Amino acid sequence: MSSKRIIISIIGPDRVGIIAGVAGILADHNINILDISQTILQEFFAMIMIADMGRSTISLQELKELLTAKGEELGVSISAQHEDAFNYMHRI
Amino acid sequence: MLTIEEILETIKMVQQENLDIRTITMGISLRDCAHPEARVACQKIYDKITRLAANLVEVGEEIAQTYGIPIVNKRISVTPIALVAESSREEDYLLFAQTLDRAAREVGINFIGGFSALVHKGFTRGDHALVHSIPAALAGTERVCASVNVASTKAGINMDAVYLMGRVIKDTAERTAGQDGLGCAKLVVFANVPEDNPFMAGAFHGIGEPECVINVGVSGPGVVKKALEKVRGADFGTLAETIKKTAFKITRMGELVGRVAAEKLGVPFGIVDISLAPTPAVGDSVAEILEEMGLERCGTHGTTAALALLNDAVKKGGAMASSYVGGLSGAFIPVSEDAGMIRAAAEGALSMDKLEAMTCVCSVGLDMIAIPGDTPAETIAAIIADEVAIGVINRKTTAVRLIPAPGKQVGDWVEFGGLLGRAPIIPVHKISAAEFVRRGGRIPAPIHSLNN
Repeated sequence: MSSKRIIISIIGPDRVGIIAGVAGILADHNINILDISQTILQEFFAMIMIADMGRSTISLQELKELLTAKGEELGVSISAQHEDAFNYMHRI
Repeated sequence: MLTIEEILETIKMVQQENLDIRTITMGISLRDCAHPEARVACQKIYDKITRLAANLVEVGEEIAQTYGIPIVNKRISVTPIALVAESSREEDYLLFAQTLDRAAREVGINFIGGFSALVHKGFTRGDHALVHSIPAALAGTERVCASVNVASTKAGINMDAVYLMGRVIKDTAERTAGQDGLGCAKLVVFANVPEDNPFMAGAFHGIGEPECVINVGVSGPGVVKKALEKVRGADFGTLAETIKKTAFKITRMGELVGRVAAEKLGVPFGIVDISLAPTPAVGDSVAEILEEMGLERCGTHGTTAALALLNDAVKKGGAMASSYVGGLSGAFIPVSEDAGMIRAAAEGALSMDKLEAMTCVCSVGLDMIAIPGDTPAETIAAIIADEVAIGVINRKTTAVRLIPAPGKQVGDWVEFGGLLGRAPIIPVHKISAAEFVRRGGRIPAPIHSLNN
């Protein structure tokens, strides 16, 4: 549980500025993006970012609040979770 | 590296299919709180619970935030109060129930389990006092849950206790008549009770358990149903395999949450209870899983076989996911708490007799079933006797949580709200079993060298 990596998922109708908006928040608080992948899920835009909060200036809770607000502004749903939630479920 | 599909699958399970950690339950031993003065004992109980569980709710919420998975309930189970209170001269244990209630309110949890007694082979003075205090305790507190173990495979069935519980259930219903007999929703009668069950109302901290422990109950009937929708028409092997894989994933989440919670609270991690527990929400129903398997309505012929398959596959998947599986582990079939069960009961597809048959193959028993308010105590006792006999003979846990709703008849409904849900009154047999129940004594333990 020592890792500080989180997974940010963004799901919603595609539009200009989604990546810029989210990446901006992360950069502002010294959160490093390690990987970005993107797909179209049915008609929805789905993007997954893996980021490192090791040197973040804010807590995960604060980040989640910022991302939720940004998501409302952009009309997409954004969630951020610790990567163990995924590792535990899918990897033995 | 995780694939995008895996990540999306997890998110979908949580956001659309109601996957949740149903409960984190902190088990607390109160054995060291016994004292000849009831007031001193109660003070020790209050102090110990509020000290050990001070951060329980906060830690639960923090974990839910970090991993993005809802943790619905944070609860506490304690040593059966009959054992703790017996050292006191008190004859009425209401004071102990009120203490548990106050401690629960102080730490911010909604239920505390352990107003309990184990009487499968006979009563002690403390057991008698506790059982007789149950109606007043459940009517006079908000968060306390009670349970009584009246039978075990090794001891047989304590029929005196069974009859007494029939009367206690009636009395509890009467005292909470204004809320459709809500008190009975907080009272479970068991056979072969597990000591580490994190699910209310039957949770208590068994005497073989450590000082303090974190047990976790996972649940995701919606996730299992969605998985089965993708294999419509496939054979039973595929069906079982699909449930197994899904149960594995659900249980892994429980294992993670349990371990993190235990670490943060500085207490040992106990078990994951790998159960499918429904809620009244649409899409979170065990009955709907059975219907997805191809039954037109839960309760029709084939239901028992479908439930047996489901229960076994859940256990197989869960056992692979966590080495510390315990509690009840399987599928819960509480009527009032499951949208599909409610519908089946309202349509008359689901009868008391079918429910009883289903309990032979699932993890609990006759759970959250509303029956007519004028049902005699002897009939309730006879229903309990039938159900615990199933547990005793089949070496499994069974339980009874019946609500004889005061003043209500078949065709009426009870409404409890929240997770306890709502249910139509189900008919019971009118023909008396009073002579049978009144015999008293103990039904001997079964022989298991001649199995059939």
